[in-house]
Amino acid sequence: MTTLHIDWTACHGRGLCAELLPELLATDPWGYPIARTGGDVDVPAELHADAVTATKFCPRLALRLRAR
Amino acid sequence: MTTMDTRVQPRLLDAAAADLGEHHRGHGPIPWQGGVGRMIGELQSAGLTGRGGAGFPTWRKVAEVATAARAVVVANGAETEPGSRKDDTLLRRCPHLVLDGVQLLVEATGADEAYLYVKPGDAMASVRHALTERHGWDRVAVRVVAAPNRFVAGEESAVLAAIAGRPARPADKWLPVVHSGLRGRATLVQNVETCAHVAQIARNGARWFRGLGTRDEPGTMLVTVHGAVREVPIGIALSELVTGPVLVGGYHGAWLSSPAPHLSRAALAPFGAAPGAGVLHPLAPGRCGLVETAAITRYLAGESAGQCGPCRNGLPATAALLSALADRTAPPDAVHRLDHLTGLVVGRGACRHPDGTARLIRSTLTVFGDEVRLHLAGRCSR
Repeated sequence: MTTLHIDWTACHGRGLCAELLPELLATDPWGYPIARTGGDVDVPAELHADAVTATKFCPRLALRLRAR
Repeated sequence: MTTMDTRVQPRLLDAAAADLGEHHRGHGPIPWQGGVGRMIGELQSAGLTGRGGAGFPTWRKVAEVATAARAVVVANGAETEPGSRKDDTLLRRCPHLVLDGVQLLVEATGADEAYLYVKPGDAMASVRHALTERHGWDRVAVRVVAAPNRFVAGEESAVLAAIAGRPARPADKWLPVVHSGLRGRATLVQNVETCAHVAQIARNGARWFRGLGTRDEPGTMLVTVHGAVREVPIGIALSELVTGPVLVGGYHGAWLSSPAPHLSRAALAPFGAAPGAGVLHPLAPGRCGLVETAAITRYLAGESAGQCGPCRNGLPATAALLSALADRTAPPDAVHRLDHLTGLVVGRGACRHPDGTARLIRSTLTVFGDEVRLHLAGRCSR
């Protein structure tokens, strides 16, 4: 299991991650990513590739995957 | 759980010394423990936890940092919490006790750099003067770094940013500070009161330390009530310190409708509260809890470092809504909206500033629930 770590000091709420990982992420009223389940963003194995894509395409490089 | 009489001999505040000579006569030399890691077992037996607010077991952090080569020790005396005076009092009255603790943590971790972080003022002057006396006494020279008087400047990673010469803002926690702190080095950040307890434990032992406080939360802690600092055993009845509704644990704390519980993590947890850094704000007679908390929330919103979107947006929105509730101009669904807003900020920042603010708001809505209903009806009990 991996979790998606968000560097909130880097995130500007551009929203690409929520578009690339709609199963896991929504956006809050200000455009910042928010876990659909609340709390940490756990990434199931079947979404791992999409999560990697999200980390690569984040224009602020605010996302990283952490192995649990 | 046992609690001790309140008229106990203070262990920190009675260690006041005008200079190193008096400190030496009263306490002797630094009780060096004989090498890296040697003090960890005693700290574990003592059950000392951090006195800066988070209450993390001191020995665990020391043990983590002790495994690294070239560690750094930082004594945090920023005390940016409004109404707290304990670190200032300690550094003015017994700077040598704190500095002995810093040296013992240097020894325990094998650190070769040490810092003391404190706001400019009497406490900083006291520390600087004490350090001039300690040549030949300390193993590692302690450098004094000025803390800005901003609420989040006392947060661990903000402290390290300030020491590194950057703005004192919290940083992302991809790696923990104990592994990657100042310039990437393993760093032990301890509150200055914790350092003073370390020195007393080294001198008197874990058994002595456990003679006060509760079984699970041993020792004494410094508390500030109305600007007055007292040293009390952990687990003291709050009713011995304050009357009426009280905000426990500072601005990131929680309101209690009455000081019924005792001052310990275990006793306060069912109320969603914690001792924090020992700041108690009783609600002044005749004052409205909503009005008071709205003012605190506006302050906290203004103290956001502005780095993290949920905090930068969510705290001002929360403060505006709570202010409207206090002013009796809030919409009928204000409580629901405040629940939603606080839920949006929790866990979504580099530091716990949004989480602490959310805790304050939630306890306010619970403890002052009757007042909330009055305000929504356009009235106020005060």
